[in-house]
Amino acid sequence: MSQLFTALISLRRNMMRSILTTLGIIIGISAVIIMFALGEGAQREVEEKIKSLGTNLLMVRAEAINTAGARGASGNVNRLNISDADAIKRDLSEVVAVGAYNRGQAQVVYGNQNWNTGIQGANVDLLTASNWQVTDGRAYSESEVRSGAKVVLIGETVAKELFDDPAFAVGETVRVNKIPLKIIGLLGAKGEDMRGFDQDDILIMPLTTANRRVIGKSGRDINRVSRMVVAVDEENNMTYVSEEMERLLNQRHRVAAGQTAFSVRNLSAMLSTRAEANKVFSSLLAGVAGVSLLVGGIGVMNIMLVSVTERTREIGLRMAVGAKPRAILAQFLIESVVLCLVGAMLGLLISLLAVGLMQFGMGWSMALSPVIMLISVVGTALIGVGFGFYPAYKASNLDPIEALRFE
Amino acid sequence: MNELSSSASTPTIQCEQLSHSFPMAGERFQVLKGIDLTVMPGEMVAIIGPSGSGKSTLMNLIGCLMTPEQGELKILGKSTSGLTKAQLADVRRDHIGFVFQQFNLLARTSALDNVKMPLMYHDEPIKDADERARACLESVGLGDRLHNHPSQLSGGQQQRVAIARALINRPDILLADEPTGALDTHTSGEIMALFRKLNNAGHTVVLVTHEMEVAEQADRIVMVRDGCLLQDSSQHLEGAK
Ligand SMILES: Nc1ncnc2c1ncn2[C@@H]1O[C@H](COP(=O)(O)OP(=O)(O)O)[C@@H](O)[C@H]1O
Ligand SMILES: [Mg+2]
Repeated sequence: MSQLFTALISLRRNMMRSILTTLGIIIGISAVIIMFALGEGAQREVEEKIKSLGTNLLMVRAEAINTAGARGASGNVNRLNISDADAIKRDLSEVVAVGAYNRGQAQVVYGNQNWNTGIQGANVDLLTASNWQVTDGRAYSESEVRSGAKVVLIGETVAKELFDDPAFAVGETVRVNKIPLKIIGLLGAKGEDMRGFDQDDILIMPLTTANRRVIGKSGRDINRVSRMVVAVDEENNMTYVSEEMERLLNQRHRVAAGQTAFSVRNLSAMLSTRAEANKVFSSLLAGVAGVSLLVGGIGVMNIMLVSVTERTREIGLRMAVGAKPRAILAQFLIESVVLCLVGAMLGLLISLLAVGLMQFGMGWSMALSPVIMLISVVGTALIGVGFGFYPAYKASNLDPIEALRFE
Repeated sequence: MNELSSSASTPTIQCEQLSHSFPMAGERFQVLKGIDLTVMPGEMVAIIGPSGSGKSTLMNLIGCLMTPEQGELKILGKSTSGLTKAQLADVRRDHIGFVFQQFNLLARTSALDNVKMPLMYHDEPIKDADERARACLESVGLGDRLHNHPSQLSGGQQQRVAIARALINRPDILLADEPTGALDTHTSGEIMALFRKLNNAGHTVVLVTHEMEVAEQADRIVMVRDGCLLQDSSQHLEGAK
């Protein structure tokens, strides 16, 4: 206890030097903690995203035809069709919903307001598969999809941009790429997606409406879709469904054996893979930060060596009045551990402030891990012992007479 | 001093044929050549001799700061031969109080904390450390300077703090190597009077000096020259006592 006190006193004497010495430790600790908080935050965000997505989604896309590893000429792409969606739903009882859609961009005008937004032309099932809620008004019907009715569902962001109050949107007519469409429903807000894109900046309309009038080019198959989102009843059936689906699509489109025309991907698996990669990356950065902890340790060793030299006479005196070598060793070890821990505390403080700022000031998703905080503080104490040992040993091994004579 | 009554016949210090040499220019320079010296409890002994004659070496041997090449040292009748560094540290802590020429006080540390410092090396924490340190400072006449730092004290006062520090562990022997060497004549007289007073109070004192006036304050003078004890005045003084 009194040793701890002595250590604190001697560190306070050289306040400036102590703080400069621990700079490496301070930076190291705060970098480690911030990096892990970022990594953990990203991970949690993905987990929440997956939860909101529902875990049982498969994404189907048409690929350029690939024969034995070689890509075919561009344009040689298979076309997914709205009837493929119907066939999948009909043939595979494990499939709950098949959302089929095309994507595009459009200028939407209401009165003197205009806004550039993403649009989706889709079948009815897409609303189920992609988990869209219609909070005001209604969804479009199968017959509206068949007839290409001039109706549209409006995302919250678009509604806010065009109308003073989104509640007035339903029933109004907007011009989408100059085509007048009647707003029949308001889509419930979903927020940002994984990459930070605003999912509510969207218009959703019947597939045929989009294909024929809004994003369609003349002569194009109005039943064509670029992607499908398939909701499966149970997670256990995901593999089976994705294999069966690919087989079914290959059969329907007469894809030759050995060729790949469609890709079927597990959306949550994709997300968690990306999250995993994120995590590896931030752990890597945290590792680099850990190296700066080591460098900090070397700084501590250096300053402890200086301190031992400066206090040689003091050490001699302490030995003369009865300090055993072990007591001198302990005193300097404690001092170097205290020095490191002071650095760790400052680093902790800085990282807490930084994480708070990033989270509440900048809206980043951060997750502080008490375990990482504990590990880095304990690790720093160990660094103090490790790098403090040599100087402390040197002090304890001094000859009392020579130490007392030292000028 | 605690052992005074119980073992009055046991010498406090007993040097038997102490010899020591230092390496010098590839050879060994024989500093001490078989010193025999016995100090009884309650004695005040001055060791004098020219500079470089080996007085400090002898003091360092007696104080267990180093071990002799040859011969034996007994403290309170117990041999110190073959003790480890840690055991020697215990002997110093339990039996010996050092006073140095260069005071060796911790800078930027109060007189009280300087005096208290040796107490932190006991195996059991000392509870009344503050009271003990205060009593020691009072006994050297610095009861009103407890919280002054060395830089706020005169040379004589600093040496008094150092003496108080030497007393804190209630040593059986006070060892002082040229305690007045850094002080002016007047102050050195005061410090010698303090040693005299401590000796009268029962402390065994051994001090080194190269000044005869200083040495004459002791009741026994021992002269070292060329590594040998030349003259021991104890015989003369014994009659006077
Ligand atoms: N550690 C040492 N290494 C080499 N020579 C030493 C050492 N200590 C003392 N000496 C030599 O031993 C001799 C006696 O020294 P010392 O005991 O300090 O004498 P005194 O205190 O009487 O002046 C001196 O010549 C000194 O140079
Ligand atoms: Mg000397």
